[in-house]
Amino acid sequence: MKTLVACGALALASVLPLPVHAHRAWILPSATVLSGNEPWVTVDAAVSTDVFHADHNPMRLDGLIITAPDGARVAAENASTGKFRSSFDLKLLQKGTYKLAVVNDTLSAAYKLNGETRRWRGTAEALAKEVPAEAQELRVTRSQSRGETFVTSGTPSARVLQPTGVALELVPITHPNDLVAGQAATFAFVLDGKPAAGLPVTVIPGGIRYRDRLEDVRLTTDAQGRFTVRWPAAGMYWLNANHGESGMEAAGSAAQPARRASYSATLEVLPP
Amino acid sequence: MRMRYSLALTAALGVPASAAELMLKVEVPRIPVAEYHRPYTAMWVERADQSFAANLAVWYDLRKKDNEGTKWLKDVRQWWRKSGRELQMPADGLSGATRAPGEHQLVFAATKSPLDKLPAGDYALVVEAAREGGGREVVRLPFQWPPKSVQGAKAKGEHELGAVTLEVRP
Repeated sequence: MKTLVACGALALASVLPLPVHAHRAWILPSATVLSGNEPWVTVDAAVSTDVFHADHNPMRLDGLIITAPDGARVAAENASTGKFRSSFDLKLLQKGTYKLAVVNDTLSAAYKLNGETRRWRGTAEALAKEVPAEAQELRVTRSQSRGETFVTSGTPSARVLQPTGVALELVPITHPNDLVAGQAATFAFVLDGKPAAGLPVTVIPGGIRYRDRLEDVRLTTDAQGRFTVRWPAAGMYWLNANHGESGMEAAGSAAQPARRASYSATLEVLPP
Repeated sequence: MRMRYSLALTAALGVPASAAELMLKVEVPRIPVAEYHRPYTAMWVERADQSFAANLAVWYDLRKKDNEGTKWLKDVRQWWRKSGRELQMPADGLSGATRAPGEHQLVFAATKSPLDKLPAGDYALVVEAAREGGGREVVRLPFQWPPKSVQGAKAKGEHELGAVTLEVRP
């Protein structure tokens, strides 16, 4: 019986788009440095094992927030979600740097009802309505995730680099559209707007399929939440950090959910 | 301190900057490919630490309607990062049409170029070419400004640039 329940939970977990360690969420722009009158970029977004290789699930675009250089929100064009990836286009009407983010904030719960383990996922308001009052051993986790990328038309600008102050965010000190192979770039992580010290950060170069090793770079933020990456080669990179425990290992209540905040960014490094 | 200043002043007066000029020969190589596009080429001056000092010329597709040729200016990657992205193109006295394969000679008189504003020191003339559907190449030629005597430097690109010759005359 115990084995069966555990199996059921596992099967469910693999269906739910929870932040699972083996899968990596990414947003991949066709280019990050652009010139010309009103250039376009096209963007893919997916959750997969290898970074930038769409082979598992599309990333849902419900949480897509595009911020223009002047701080205004702009809409994506031609958005669609396919079997393995979502995609959308963006026309860069303004000069400067745009931030493309997919932001999600959800609650997930596990509880027992009449001896049976059940799982639930939704918003804070829905929790009280949908999880029965007689639920036992209720454990609640709040998952806040943010996936980002940056694209610049003309001269890079800094307005969109300001953090919102919610959950885990990257604050670029080196401009994210000014990254060059062989040079170092410094960034900081903030959690709810405050420096995230001692946070483990992973940086993985794209193109994992074409090499034998992951070649991931592991770093830890300092007391100010800062870390420095020296780019070994040109290419697209996936940067990731997580705060809090994953999945249901954390035991939180409905009033005080356990919290997990994750962040990932796609950064393009150009040859010198 | 005062003495050094007056010495520098004398030196500056002794060599009238107005007569100096920089002569550049750039060979656009003939490349045997099915679809050939003339390279976008930028020529600029860098300080000894490779920081940007001044622009001399940018060749890009000026003939496209609505200045659409600017779409590929970013491919002249080093120049784009160091200066191009800050500019409004076309720019007077700077932009020109792309050039056909062959040798092209450019002369920059100190008085009619940004060279006049360069403080005395060691510089490099940088030529960067990027070709649609092809590659990109950068060459650097060292020189001193203002020139006290005739100086020359030569470089040869390996794929996107041919011979590049620099001569500076006082």
